[in-house]
Amino acid sequence: MGDTVVRTTAALPRWVVLIAVIGGLFVVVPLAAMALRVDWPRFIPLVTSESAEAALLLSLRTSLTATALCIVFGVPMALVLARTSFRGQQVLRSLVLLPLVLPPVVGGIALLYTFGRRGLLGSSLDVLGIDVAFSTTAVVMSQAFVALPFLVLSLEGALRSVGTRYEAVGATLGAGRWTVLRRITLPLVLPALVSGSVLSFARALGEFGATLTFAGSLQGTTRTLPLEVYLQRETDPDAAVALSLILVLVAVAVVGVAHRVRPLDGAAGPLPFRAPAMARP
Amino acid sequence: MSLTFRALLPERSFDVAFDLAPGETLAVLGPNGAGKSTLLTLVAGLLAPAEGRAELDGKVLFDVTARRSVLTEPRHRGVSLLAQEALLFPHLTALENVAFGPRSRGQHRAAARSTARDWLDRVGMGELASRRPSQLSGGQAQRVAVARALAADPSLLLLDEPLAALDVTVAPALRTLLRDVLADRSAIIVTHDPLDAFLLADRVLILEDGRIVEAGATAHVLTRPVTPFGARLAGLNLVEGQATPAGFRAANGLEVPLAEHAPVGARLALTVRPADVAVSRRAESGQGFSSVGAEIDDVEHRGDHVRVHAAGLAADVAPAAVVALGMAPGVPVFLGFRHEDATVYPV
Repeated sequence: MGDTVVRTTAALPRWVVLIAVIGGLFVVVPLAAMALRVDWPRFIPLVTSESAEAALLLSLRTSLTATALCIVFGVPMALVLARTSFRGQQVLRSLVLLPLVLPPVVGGIALLYTFGRRGLLGSSLDVLGIDVAFSTTAVVMSQAFVALPFLVLSLEGALRSVGTRYEAVGATLGAGRWTVLRRITLPLVLPALVSGSVLSFARALGEFGATLTFAGSLQGTTRTLPLEVYLQRETDPDAAVALSLILVLVAVAVVGVAHRVRPLDGAAGPLPFRAPAMARP
Repeated sequence: MSLTFRALLPERSFDVAFDLAPGETLAVLGPNGAGKSTLLTLVAGLLAPAEGRAELDGKVLFDVTARRSVLTEPRHRGVSLLAQEALLFPHLTALENVAFGPRSRGQHRAAARSTARDWLDRVGMGELASRRPSQLSGGQAQRVAVARALAADPSLLLLDEPLAALDVTVAPALRTLLRDVLADRSAIIVTHDPLDAFLLADRVLILEDGRIVEAGATAHVLTRPVTPFGARLAGLNLVEGQATPAGFRAANGLEVPLAEHAPVGARLALTVRPADVAVSRRAESGQGFSSVGAEIDDVEHRGDHVRVHAAGLAADVAPAAVVALGMAPGVPVFLGFRHEDATVYPV
């Protein structure tokens, strides 16, 4: 009796498990193949070359800035989508989430015709002496454009599942709207805010299509790590592989963090702070 | 008056008006969906009426007419809400939860914390001040919620079935606590439990389908109910009937002479305790005794007695009598009571 091990696979047909394993290998094997191709003796020199270092630093700088922008604009957007109702809200939500499914290169073109020198707003900016396209600012904008929906989506979901009951209690206790937002709403959705930000950062770090289209590929100014990988692949495949590995490691770290702060499930492992025990409605 | 309230909400067919004297506790009872919670959310300001006006201590809570609409924000109403679930903020400690109200009303951090500590002591939770809500039991959490609601120093406390979610073993202690804190406080308590009304409320309001069907001092409603719900609350049989020259006559044929004269045709209600109703197989009549014959509808076991339902009356009989008389659904019996055990009054 006591030594029976319950195997969760027992409930599944074997062929389902088999297909799942093949699917898993499809994801894992290419990563392993790449890791096997790394030229280990030259790894350090390859990833610390001048161009690689410039790309890495640029990527980190722009991705962090883009993530900050996503938080600044995404939190209010999620709040408006989750806590208000107005005509056309569904349509607006779909539009906001569009960059999630849009090919990034299309996003880049859209940005170019908005902020480019002859774009909708760009021509006015040009008069003011501000030139956005093909600058580091353009990199940040491209990254924020594609990363914003990740934050809005995860935060809006968390806001909806937390509900408005705690906020109502706060209001009857005499708290103003800002106090309710600051002391109740945001702390309650903090785990989702953290994981949403981490996902946005990852998406920003991996941005390629929109960046190339809207910002170009100028070393130290707009050539981020993914662009550097793509260019090095032509001239020095070993460098491309080494830099790719760096991106994989960052991605693994991001997935790890995002998993550890699963919002309000309570089922996740060690948490950076105590998960609130939610009264299920 | 501490509270005057009148509100209309057609989409929930809600139409209720009442007053509350300072320091008075009002129990709102009624079947599910009667509008009890709607009443509370309207007072708290979480819902706006289509029409109506409410004032609390001279301050307008809402004043809505077809032409204008004044709605005071919940935070400026001076109303605290205690719900079925404690709804403590999960990211704050018990102390921080209780300090939230005073802090929001402008007290400094230290002052708010000391207010909170006083209230936690009063509800017997002083030692658990630094616990998170997830480390508290249901009863403990609800005590903290009571402290939090009162620490905000409300002019009116709203309680929405505050004991319903609690274990039967902890509910009595919390009811005692509520009895203490509600003693000289204006409060409205929505409840399913008649005991809450008996022990906590000065007055009772019974809602049905968004309307008041019965209202009055708790003792009055419990002795002279006019609705089936009120009668069930009071644990009484309620028989509706009319005044005839002979006295009281009900639709089921029950006749009782009246000591006082009532105008013929006047609507009357008769109440009698189920324990005072006797069940027999043969018609019994005599001086000061009335009975009515009918087939038994239902027989239910209730602890130390058996309740027999027939002719719209309930009678409590000893289990042995059930066996002796062969009582079962469908069996014809006579239910009767002595006139001195019944109360007849106009409705």
